[in-house]
Amino acid sequence: MKKKNLAALLMAGVMCFGLLAGCSNSSGETSNPPASQPGSQESQPSGDSGNAGQGSDVVTIKVGGIGPITGDLAQYGTATQWGAQIAVDEINAMNGPIRLEYDFQDDTGVADTAVSAYNKLKDWAKNDPLVIYGCTTTAPCVAVASETYADRYFQLTPSASSPDVTANKDNAFQMCFTDPGQGTAAAEYLKNAGLGTKIGVIYNNGDAYSTGIADAFIAHAKELGLEVVAAQTYPDDKTTDYTVQLNACKDAGADLVFLPIYYTPASLILAQAKQMSYAPIFFGGDGMDGMLDMEGFDKSLAEGLLLMTPFNASGTDERTKTFVETYQAAHEILPNQFAADGYDCMYAIYEACCQLDGIADMDSAQLCDALIALFTGGDFSVDGLTGTSMKWLESGEVSKAPVVVKVVDGVYVTQ
Amino acid sequence: MSFLNNVITGISLGSIYAIIALGYTMVYGIAKMLNFAHGDVIMVGAYVCFFAMGNFNLPAAVGVLLAVVVCTVLGIVIERLAYKPLRAAPSLAVLITAIGVSYLLQNSAQILWGAATKTFRPIVEGSLVLVPGQLSISYVAILSVVCCVIVMVALTLFTTQTKMGKAMRACSEDKAAAQLMGIDVNTTISMTFAIGSALAAIAGVLMCSAYPVLSPTTGSMPGIRAFTAAVFGGIGSVPGALLGGVLLGVIETFAKAYISTDLSDAVVFAVLIVVLLVRPAGLLGKYVPEKV
Amino acid sequence: MKKINKTSLNGFINYGIVIAAFALIQILLLIQKKLDVTILSNSLQSLLVPACCYIVMAVSLNLTVGILGELSLGHAGFMSLGAFSGIVASILLQNAIPMAPLRLAVSMAVGAVFGAIGGVIVGVPVLRLQGDYLAIVTLAFGQIIKNIIMVLYVGVDSRGIHLAASKERFDLAADGTAIIKGPMGAVGVTKLASFTAGFVLILITLVVVQNLVNSRSGRAIMALRDNRIAAESVGINVTKYKLMAFVTSAALAGAAGALFGLNYSSTVASKFDFNTSILVLVFVVLGGLGSIRGSIIAAALLYILPEMLRSFNIAEYRMLIYAIVLILVMLVTNNDKLKVLLGRVLPKRKGVVNDG
Repeated sequence: MKKKNLAALLMAGVMCFGLLAGCSNSSGETSNPPASQPGSQESQPSGDSGNAGQGSDVVTIKVGGIGPITGDLAQYGTATQWGAQIAVDEINAMNGPIRLEYDFQDDTGVADTAVSAYNKLKDWAKNDPLVIYGCTTTAPCVAVASETYADRYFQLTPSASSPDVTANKDNAFQMCFTDPGQGTAAAEYLKNAGLGTKIGVIYNNGDAYSTGIADAFIAHAKELGLEVVAAQTYPDDKTTDYTVQLNACKDAGADLVFLPIYYTPASLILAQAKQMSYAPIFFGGDGMDGMLDMEGFDKSLAEGLLLMTPFNASGTDERTKTFVETYQAAHEILPNQFAADGYDCMYAIYEACCQLDGIADMDSAQLCDALIALFTGGDFSVDGLTGTSMKWLESGEVSKAPVVVKVVDGVYVTQ
Repeated sequence: MSFLNNVITGISLGSIYAIIALGYTMVYGIAKMLNFAHGDVIMVGAYVCFFAMGNFNLPAAVGVLLAVVVCTVLGIVIERLAYKPLRAAPSLAVLITAIGVSYLLQNSAQILWGAATKTFRPIVEGSLVLVPGQLSISYVAILSVVCCVIVMVALTLFTTQTKMGKAMRACSEDKAAAQLMGIDVNTTISMTFAIGSALAAIAGVLMCSAYPVLSPTTGSMPGIRAFTAAVFGGIGSVPGALLGGVLLGVIETFAKAYISTDLSDAVVFAVLIVVLLVRPAGLLGKYVPEKV
Repeated sequence: MKKINKTSLNGFINYGIVIAAFALIQILLLIQKKLDVTILSNSLQSLLVPACCYIVMAVSLNLTVGILGELSLGHAGFMSLGAFSGIVASILLQNAIPMAPLRLAVSMAVGAVFGAIGGVIVGVPVLRLQGDYLAIVTLAFGQIIKNIIMVLYVGVDSRGIHLAASKERFDLAADGTAIIKGPMGAVGVTKLASFTAGFVLILITLVVVQNLVNSRSGRAIMALRDNRIAAESVGINVTKYKLMAFVTSAALAGAAGALFGLNYSSTVASKFDFNTSILVLVFVVLGGLGSIRGSIIAAALLYILPEMLRSFNIAEYRMLIYAIVLILVMLVTNNDKLKVLLGRVLPKRKGVVNDG
């Protein structure tokens, strides 16, 4: 009961915020994002831009999602699943030239299961054009990407951020920052903001995401002349006690602790730091987003926390507000960046498909090649919840501006 | 100072392992089965307390009590439905069933309560400050150490002094002989599960108070750790579970602090292996030579 | 005499089942290709190789648990050793052996060797223990192997092979390739595994295990299981025979691991954790302790079951149903009353010997 109350309160808060700031944002109806706007910029390398499926011809593209919806990582997988679902519903309600048919398969966060899930999606699509959306986590995504590369399916992952996902695969693209990219950006930010004279790092050395960011951060921080005084690890996200790692940072005199980890372990670290009255500045990556929405979380613990996240659930623009409301109505929790990345993935796929000529006659492989050409053409860009005019590099990496936010009074304030 | 800090951390962590291990060892000692679902009963207990306190605003004590009641009932139900029909089956069959129950509980929890991590509100907050800014012990840690000792003493008294406790020990020695002496073996074993699950509920609340995150898989890793602790101390031995738990916590903390955080798991398990090679029945376990 | 005949007949039936299954699948695939119809879906086809790996895992674990009678909770550790050593071997031999099937065979052999080495290291101290203490120590070794591979960096460059325990100490020349990158595991692996290789591996496993079981050594091992003290008293060398079974089992698991690792472009150490060990144990117990055929059938069916459940639209209930099926099967096969009930419904089953 209290949950509902809280949700209502939050919703009301969000709406008030929207009222105050709503006027400034007039970039169009939320439910009709500017699907045709980027298209009108005549961007295609292959010739004139025209809407595919002229008139009443509606082309259906199958989108097969993969992610963990059971097991330890289920909270991240379900977020990507649900976020994308909202976008799909919006897109199909628009009655545009493209319809998306969406299925999501569980990979339990494991590579071999992910490959089975992928094959299941292939069976589901039969001969219809299929685009793969996923996987949520890195290890399964690397395995699936090499399959899609061989089979020629276009693949866009919301959150698998290792460069291994896209390495040597022209068909795999990311919606999130790469791990090294994020680590480097974090170091740059600290240097420019003049934060942290002595830096401690605590990361999960059993996880590719966390290790990827930490390695790049440490390397780049050294180049920039930042002093990393302690690099501490823990073996998996089920670890409960971080006192030793925190003590090591404290003893080394770290006044800033970088935490390139997910929000669940991070929430424990914050609580334990408070308990041992250690109060450095904590700085996290995008995996940290979601902490404030944990049911029962004491937001005062996160006060002053800095994190790099592309998505802000208390954002005031119409599109974010609608997204957050729809998500909350359906699932009773606030969406995090996993959900927002998922939402953006669907729009990226949809808007790209809208720009393709003759999409009605394409099979998956042709669609894959056309989409690759479009994504890497340099002119294609997407506006979404996690960034505006996002573009993709040849490598499959997304280019969008990293945003650092600070938690002030329990909400994000962009720095 | 950091040494003292590490000792305190180790004991706090160890006391959590210990209280889980007590439940493990209790069930193992009597029913001679590795109850891999024990960790998941812990998770259920924590969820019950979480909802009691969070959604219905009940005081912590009521929350704990509710958790104990629900887990006890759950323990008895699981025992009746899944383990009792396998009384005569090989012990491995029971082990696999326990694993099935563990999966069942985890997945049911996810469907019922969602996969998202919840933050548990500790039943007691704050810490005892010994040296301001340097050395402090959280009240949860003190509470869990106290609980461990109380539970240990209570269990020891129960198994040695009461009729039911004696019946349990008789079952553990020889089920057939116990039956012949007029002990209702089935009821006794159900009772064991009831007590084990009640302990699991307390362990769940204490664990989530100390480390306040809660998700459907919260119980699995501490379950394995507690199993390790129980074996370390000598499985089936009640004081052994306490000793094993605390030592495991201290070793883990020291391994992280003085050897390497990278290899702390490997160090912990290596110590375990060495101890078992020297004392094949654990620290306080009875080595029973096999007879022909 | 009669007993031996029966067991060797049993062995032949096992070969027969495996060969028939392989032939059937190949024929179906051929028909599918010729007639362009879908008989075996993509998802089923993708399960063939891992199913082969898990069958070998199950049969090899059965050697430890069913035949030797010692509970092992760390079998995935040997699989992990095999997978990563196999991957490293396959990459190192890329130029030396261009022929893929041969390279796969060599890699699997390397995997088996590393599995066996792991088996010896684990086995010598572990097999002195008994019962649940042995189980926890195998679990511990499984965790240690996982932990060590998790921090291991392996690469090759013009100067040779590099091994390091952390990223900082891992100095690979610019022209080198990193093969295992700590927690990121091995990525960019060329997929060499094929169903045929899996089939051959199962046959080899059957030859090894069945011949071992039916040999003098095998009878010694089973004597140890049934009564260690009696076996010792008639002069059976406990350590030798226990180790023999354990190391054989580890080597086969290593080979299966290599096949598994070479079936995916990326493999991480955390895949081979306690849950995987338990999964294989479930196959063994469900198939019947000591029954090779049971292990094969249980591994094949149970590995495919969760994937088959995808066909129904029950994504989030999939693992729940798996758990319920697991409990029910254990209850039905091990409870006498239910067994009798089942016996009336189903024709009498012969193959599964439940003599654990």
